[in-house]
Amino acid sequence: MSLLEIADLRVNYGEIEALKGVSLAVAQGEIVAILGANGAGKTTLMRTISGLLAPRGGTIRFDGAEITKLGADRIVQRGIAQSPEGRRVFGTLTVLENLRLGGFTRPRGEIMGSLDFVLGLFPRLAERRAQFAGTLSGGEQQMVAIGRALMAKPRLLLLDEPSLGLAPIIVQAIFRSLREIARTGVTILLVEQNARMALKLADRGYVLEVGRIVLADEAKRLLASPDIQAAYLGGESSAHRV
Amino acid sequence: MGTFIQQVINGLTVGGIYALIALGYTMVYGVLRLINFAHGDLCILGAFVGLTMLSGALGGGHPGPALVLLAFVVAVIAISVAGVALEFVAYRPLRKADRLAAVVSALGASMLIENGIMLIWGPEVRVFPSGLLPATTWHVAGASISFVEVMIIIVSVVLMAALYGFVNHTRFGTAIRAAAIDQDAARLMGINVNRVISSVFVIGPALGAVGGLFIGLYYREAYFTMGWTYGLNAFIAAIIGGIGNIPGAMLGGVLLGLFNAFAAGYVSSSWQNAITFALLIAILLIRPSGLLGERVAEKV
Ligand SMILES: Nc1ncnc2c1ncn2[C@@H]1O[C@H](COP(=O)(O)OP(=O)(O)OP(=O)(O)O)[C@@H](O)[C@H]1O
Ligand SMILES: [Mg+2]
Repeated sequence: MSLLEIADLRVNYGEIEALKGVSLAVAQGEIVAILGANGAGKTTLMRTISGLLAPRGGTIRFDGAEITKLGADRIVQRGIAQSPEGRRVFGTLTVLENLRLGGFTRPRGEIMGSLDFVLGLFPRLAERRAQFAGTLSGGEQQMVAIGRALMAKPRLLLLDEPSLGLAPIIVQAIFRSLREIARTGVTILLVEQNARMALKLADRGYVLEVGRIVLADEAKRLLASPDIQAAYLGGESSAHRV
Repeated sequence: MGTFIQQVINGLTVGGIYALIALGYTMVYGVLRLINFAHGDLCILGAFVGLTMLSGALGGGHPGPALVLLAFVVAVIAISVAGVALEFVAYRPLRKADRLAAVVSALGASMLIENGIMLIWGPEVRVFPSGLLPATTWHVAGASISFVEVMIIIVSVVLMAALYGFVNHTRFGTAIRAAAIDQDAARLMGINVNRVISSVFVIGPALGAVGGLFIGLYYREAYFTMGWTYGLNAFIAAIIGGIGNIPGAMLGGVLLGLFNAFAAGYVSSSWQNAITFALLIAILLIRPSGLLGERVAEKV
């Protein structure tokens, strides 16, 4: 049985249909990537899973139980945390306050272990723990966003474009951290425009086009597919790009 | 010199009251970007609830200070409940509606409470009973300070320090600050934002009820339109400090109180409102977002 199972999910913004019946599954321990052009509905999907948007139809099941109608706070309690698109760190709170808030749903005594793990994963944050998160660089803010999500000790980590607007070297560092996070047993659902990095990391991938899943396959096969290369990897000529 | 110290004492007393009321405006604005125009009326409702407790609702024979303490407890509880109910009835249904709808709803709630007070307690000025608190007055360097003034200043400072500690050094306080910055991001932390909003509608009105009852005990009177007068001053204090900013409301309240006192002491109390607005305009010209505010005025 899959950890996350989404069936026929439909989400609207007023009259606009952003998701037109999306179905997908993520197994325990997997890394799954979702690719898609701007406006395909990737962020809509992530926000709906986290309970920030109410679907018009379809179901979301997590660990066998339906969570479609749960409030966002309850979904975090169930074990799904998200690092949202654009990072959304609390700029006028310190790095440490941001991270602590990530563990808001857990007993106070239990979050120390997670804090040590996060600060070990991102030593830069340890140095800057007393600094306002809004004064950090983009890469450091992304670390805060991911670290904050990890503080919830999630079983499923949702990542919406962790590489957005970051320099290639920082992107590589972030992806190395993701690999390390996955090794601890956390299941990851990753949305990326940087399809090559995402597919290299992922076990499987889905391609989302204007609200529909049009392709699902193993990451290796997607990476090799000429269609995918043409549409999302910038074709053969630029295959060396990150 | 005596006059100067006297005005400082008067200013700190009134400033403490303004600050307590201003906190309610600023905290609600912080999480909802909404001016709760009914806040001043809630505070004065607190004064009237307290007045009822003080003027023999319990029968005679109770010692004054115990009665005053009880009046505070009852007023704080009643106004907190009223605050949560106000949010539930007047604001929550409009959370996703046009901003103007919430503003109109706030103004309507203000009128409703004001007229409700008039219906229950009458349109005339009600006088607070005397002799409940010690009539002691201390004389310092040519100025005098009464027991009530000492009480107001000390309690205001203690309550503000407690609020500051709560908001900055507890987990739920941090959650309130987070929800004020970005509600959706706060939800992703597992914070129940509705609960945060309710808590703000408990804390603000509770502090406001204390402020309202202080007004009654200090000026020894209450009338149904008083919420408008004091609410406006406290609101201006919140703007001076930077609306949405908690230390800003404290600073703005104390500054405005001192400014009012000096205006009354050295110029004339009939110029008080003009001088208040002059201060507001001067500060907004120099710092459009208030003394401690970071955001330049956004959505109205
Ligand atoms: N708040 C909103 N109101 C109305 N339409 C919206 C809203 N948010 C998104 N949309 C629309 O829904 C569609 C999907 O948007 P979404 O943000 O999910 O795309 P995305 O795949 O995450 O894109 P990107 O790669 O640019 O982040 C788009 O057509 C977008 O214009
Ligand atoms: Mg997106």
